[in-house]
Amino acid sequence: MARNEIVANDSKQYIVVRIDNERYGIDITFVDNIVRMQKITRVPKAQPYFKGVINLRGEVVPVMSMRLRMEQPDDVYTGASRIIIVKMEAAASCGLTVDEVIGVVVLENSEIDRMNNSKDDKQMFINGIGKHEGQLISLLDLNKLIGEIEPE
Amino acid sequence: MDVSQYLDVFIDETNEHLQNLNEHILVLEKEPENEDTVNEIFRAAHSLKGMAGTMGFKRMQRLTHDMENVFSEIRNGKMKVTSDLIDVVFQCLDAIQSYLDEIRETSNEGTEDNEPIIKRLNELIEIEKNGGSAPAPASEGEAASKEDEASAKDKKYMQIPLTDEDKRKMLEAKEGGMNIFGFTVKINETCILKAARAFLVFKAVEDFGTILASNPTSQDIEDEKLDFEFSMIVISAEPMEKIVESAKGISEIEDVSGESLSPESFDKKEEAAPAPAEEAAPAAPAPAPAAPAPAPAKKAAAPAAAKKPAASKTSKPVANRTVRVDIEKLDDLMNQVSELIIAKNSLVAISQSDDNSAQAQGVREQIEYLERITTNLHESVMKVRMVPIESVVNRFPRMIRDLSKKLDKKMELTMSGEDTELDRTVIDEIGDPLMHLLRNSADHGLESKEARKASGKPETGSIYLNAFQEGNNVIIEVGDDGNGIDVEGVKTKAIERGVITEEQAATMESKDIVDLLFLPSFSMAKKITDISGRGVGLDVVKSKIEALSGEVEVKTELGRGSKFIIRLPLTLAIIQALMVEIGTEKYAISLGSIQTIEDISVDDIKYVQAKEVIHIRGTVIPIIRMHDILDIESTNEDPTNLTVVIVNKGEKQAGLIIDNLIGQQEIVIKSLGKYIENNNKVISGATILGDGEVALILDVNPLI
Repeated sequence: MARNEIVANDSKQYIVVRIDNERYGIDITFVDNIVRMQKITRVPKAQPYFKGVINLRGEVVPVMSMRLRMEQPDDVYTGASRIIIVKMEAAASCGLTVDEVIGVVVLENSEIDRMNNSKDDKQMFINGIGKHEGQLISLLDLNKLIGEIEPE
Repeated sequence: MDVSQYLDVFIDETNEHLQNLNEHILVLEKEPENEDTVNEIFRAAHSLKGMAGTMGFKRMQRLTHDMENVFSEIRNGKMKVTSDLIDVVFQCLDAIQSYLDEIRETSNEGTEDNEPIIKRLNELIEIEKNGGSAPAPASEGEAASKEDEASAKDKKYMQIPLTDEDKRKMLEAKEGGMNIFGFTVKINETCILKAARAFLVFKAVEDFGTILASNPTSQDIEDEKLDFEFSMIVISAEPMEKIVESAKGISEIEDVSGESLSPESFDKKEEAAPAPAEEAAPAAPAPAPAAPAPAPAKKAAAPAAAKKPAASKTSKPVANRTVRVDIEKLDDLMNQVSELIIAKNSLVAISQSDDNSAQAQGVREQIEYLERITTNLHESVMKVRMVPIESVVNRFPRMIRDLSKKLDKKMELTMSGEDTELDRTVIDEIGDPLMHLLRNSADHGLESKEARKASGKPETGSIYLNAFQEGNNVIIEVGDDGNGIDVEGVKTKAIERGVITEEQAATMESKDIVDLLFLPSFSMAKKITDISGRGVGLDVVKSKIEALSGEVEVKTELGRGSKFIIRLPLTLAIIQALMVEIGTEKYAISLGSIQTIEDISVDDIKYVQAKEVIHIRGTVIPIIRMHDILDIESTNEDPTNLTVVIVNKGEKQAGLIIDNLIGQQEIVIKSLGKYIENNNKVISGATILGDGEVALILDVNPLI
């Protein structure tokens, strides 16, 4: 893990999570917390990919299922399931359910293939692919994932 | 002197004085002879002037000074209150208000001199004094009196001991085309901080040139070794008027007189005092700023204006949001906190004791005690946050008066329940919507004088604002006795605009049609006035009130007037709620909207228009199966017996079928955050239960 501490300007740290068989990277600067799966209170009539809300140290935080957001089969919670709390702006946290948290990696810019999605490609929540020790990591575009939730 | 720390207080108090003035001047208009009112107004105007002066807001001070003069004349019985005068005074108050707004934003009074108002104020005094003749002679007289004063002053700057070095500098300056001035500055005799004022004068003068010498010396002035007068010799490239003007602008400086000097005059200073003719010249500019003299005033304003934009960019809004709290309320709060600490200490003591049974007993007792304290504490904190709506509505009488003049309609505003209290956050937001509704009533609601006469109504239209508390809500009603809303007219307009189809219109109830008025950009005004009718109207009112978790509703009767009813929650953060179970999920319903809880049998459910209703004690109440609304499977094992929570919204009722009652609880309202969407608005928030679980709060209003 020693190399994680060396963070140069042209590299970024990502939290690597597993959803189904795919590895995803979440920019660590937006990650507020990682919590174990807990009871999620369902919110009726919310968007289908919102599992509900949880109590995070006295705050009510909505939790989104990454699987449902990406139109994959519903989550099956295991002991490894976690909720990643991301904070895009002050006072607006959101939880993301993932199957497993694998660890933290540092990706050099040279290790990332940037992707530009067309605007209307709503299901594409990835803005790059990182290559790390022979693994491919899909880098999540949190802005698309959370920031662009439009009230229907 | 740094006065910025007093800015908050200044803004608060100025607001209060302004409000006070507004109210009393309205009274004065009705009862021009009322001495108490005049005295009250004079006091408020005087305080305003003093405060503006202390804070160094010169323009504001000048305006208030002239206003005070007017009231002083009235108080002394030299002037009569005319409607003309009232108009000018109101203009004056508005100008002060805009100074205040500017100060609030930028901590700077801005650059507006309001010359026309000052001129009008002075004219009023002059006209009154001279029995209607032109104002010119009086200002002459004023100038003359000032002249006398100046000559009496004996030109102290001539007595400043000058060194040879100083004289040489003067000669050099003269040769270099600079001007040399002598000034005598007179400080107001009530001034406490003479040295500070003198220092400000020095600073102001130094903006224009160098101070060669002063009497007393600057060191003595710093040590407060001065009378109410001091003098100095200044070398400057600027004209003397400018310097005089800027020095005069400093508060508590009574008079500044100056004269242009030549180095030679000092050599001759043993000679006789200068001839009176010479004397008149420098004295002339002195009274100029007092009388309306736009030219020098504007010149002085120009450099100030140039400096200001830079300053205002850096300074942020300075006023904090504050609440004035009755000290008694704070004492209560303090007491309760002390009790809280005692309760905590007892718990600590119990946890340290060894006797198990005594421990359990003690803990139970203490928890009960704690419960009581926290409830009281909550109540007290809420009380601290509560502000009577008076602070919002008290500016409305003035507004209605202005509207009445503007629209040429006679109208009267009656208000009741000004002492009804609301949370500070609500108070801050509610002003605009209320103002809008009142304007609406004045402009569209009330008919013209002629129309009122024709329909047999009193010529003076009446507008009312009533506030009162109803359960956990505060109701504010705004209405008028005008013509009411023309439902057919709204319908036609809505069809015209394509908001609804004709078929829809045919089936709509008149209440629903009136609700169309709340749609964005739906204005009924036949012509747009600057008072209302731009179509950014009722929808803004509605959204603003809904943002405060309130509601607005209209009642109207053609020919009899209309009434807007605003319903606002008393508190925003903590409520008493009934916890219920629906399926396996827990929900909270605000106790304020619950009327009763009934156990009914399935057989009691009747059908009206294919909708389920129950008939209880003479009223027919529609019932709503919460399972369907919330997509939950019912867990009720005995479907023949149902638990119904009867809720109400105003006069309307509904029965909610739930599975289980859990009990009453005090809950803290939390927002669901911005991401999760709430399609049918039945969920108004969430709360965290004792076991850490999140329960959702049902808002019953959209269901009814």
